[in-house]
Amino acid sequence: MNSGNPPGGVPAIELRGASKVFRTPSGEVHTAVRDLDLTVGRGEFVAVVGPTGCGKSTTLTLVSGLEEPTEGEVLIDGGPVEGIRPEVGFVFQQDAVFPWRTVLSNVAAGPRFRGVPKAEARARARDWLGRVGLAAFADRYPHQLSGGQRKRVALAQTFVNDPAILLMDEPFSALDVQTRALMSDELLELWGGSRGSRPGAQAASVVFVTHDLEEAIALADKVVVMTAGPATVKQVFPIGLPRPRKVESVRLEPQFVELYREIWACLGEEVRITRERGAARVA
Amino acid sequence: MSPEAVSAAVAVRGSKEGRTEARARAARQYRLLVLGARVLLLAVVLGAWEVLARTEVIDPFNFSMPSRIWDQIVQWTMHGTAQGSLGEQIWYTLQEALLGWVIGVAGGVVLGIVLGRVRFMADVLGPYIKVLNALPRIVLAPIFLIWFGLGPASKVASAVVLVFFPVFFNAFQGAREVDRNLVANARILGAGHRQVTLQVVVPSATSWIFTSLHVSFGFALIGAIVGEYLGASKGIGLLVSVSQTSFNPAGVYAAMAILAVVALLAEGLLTFAEKRLFRWKPGAPGDGR
Repeated sequence: MNSGNPPGGVPAIELRGASKVFRTPSGEVHTAVRDLDLTVGRGEFVAVVGPTGCGKSTTLTLVSGLEEPTEGEVLIDGGPVEGIRPEVGFVFQQDAVFPWRTVLSNVAAGPRFRGVPKAEARARARDWLGRVGLAAFADRYPHQLSGGQRKRVALAQTFVNDPAILLMDEPFSALDVQTRALMSDELLELWGGSRGSRPGAQAASVVFVTHDLEEAIALADKVVVMTAGPATVKQVFPIGLPRPRKVESVRLEPQFVELYREIWACLGEEVRITRERGAARVA
Repeated sequence: MSPEAVSAAVAVRGSKEGRTEARARAARQYRLLVLGARVLLLAVVLGAWEVLARTEVIDPFNFSMPSRIWDQIVQWTMHGTAQGSLGEQIWYTLQEALLGWVIGVAGGVVLGIVLGRVRFMADVLGPYIKVLNALPRIVLAPIFLIWFGLGPASKVASAVVLVFFPVFFNAFQGAREVDRNLVANARILGAGHRQVTLQVVVPSATSWIFTSLHVSFGFALIGAIVGEYLGASKGIGLLVSVSQTSFNPAGVYAAMAILAVVALLAEGLLTFAEKRLFRWKPGAPGDGR
């Protein structure tokens, strides 16, 4: 453990009583996040689960600096978030790769935006394309790839910037079940692999938003259950499963099943509330 | 595997290939049919026109007839027009239209993107642009004639005002409707405001802009022709006006036919450029992808 990062020191991400209120086009006030407290330690992988539409994604946009909290504080490395920070990476739910750029140029986009010379940016992009298994697709355009391949491009695009903080908004939700399991394994590998890439640094601190509880337990060190919207933290479950993990095998372990049952008991209630509200709105 | 199974498999494959071939043949025949029907339609319309004019069911002076129009075109081509060779007239009009088009497009794109990105400017200038767009801009052509004289400048100016607005509105809309995810992604990856504009907004707006380019080249031609018609020393518009004042309807129709061919060629060039530029786009549904 290096001296700059004592155990119990400054957490990588901290939300203190954060709230986010949106004004809808019709003039109504919509509270997406209410009084949210959340701490992510350095190098910690935190999965956030909650019913659909409860405000999980808003939490990520607050941490990323894309949006500011209406109330409360968002801190990264102990300092308040003001605007977008260079050490933040964000993998979006929808496709956000640039359709008019080739795969290689998409991955090189981040370093180019940050002023890295073209040749070096391309070399780094090539390296990451290799790591996500797309070296042969460098000259293709995104529309020529499958959904899983486009997600790999998005991962490479994010990882090439070497983010110390990685935010992921249901990144694999649009993929089929087999591809999703494969991508989860690859993500864990990339995340573990990023440990050694910066001198003296450790793996990125991750906030992974999902509505898939299995995915959350398989990936994370800590699962945070959100309430039905407006979102706030209901309960936090530490996941003690040993690493390295393989998604397909870890979910068969008795400890996993036990955790799943325990967390689902907590999450299921919120899902039911959301569903009943939806039914009431329709009626 | 039993012999029956093998032969069955072969039979299935055989019939499948037969069906593919039959489908290809049917498609080919359909294309020929469409082409034939098109030619037939043109022949019927031109033939009816010719016959009706020759039998004087319609007035052959007012409506002219295809053979006379053709003769007029041939005469212009072989012996030149009163103002010089036909090629020169076409080149003149084309130059004016092209110059007006380039200026109008450049202005429309730049202003559209800027207003689409800078909310303050859009809010301030918005109503004025709407008012200008509501004006029947073609009536500006006589004013340009007064301002810029009989030379090409007045034609270029009327082409510019016609071209500018459709391009501007499309560029503005294109800049406004950029996928918010792409912008958010670019910002997270480290892009500043200017980089977002140049590397995200402009590329996503290009397909919007190109839609307007097709229509607007037609507008540029209209602007140039109307300008020439009102007063010029060269050009197809002048040809129309001279034919009209010398009671030669065939000349008017001939000039129209020439213009149509010019516009079609320009459109073809534009489509070609578009295909080169949009290699990143998935093919439109139904074009074999």
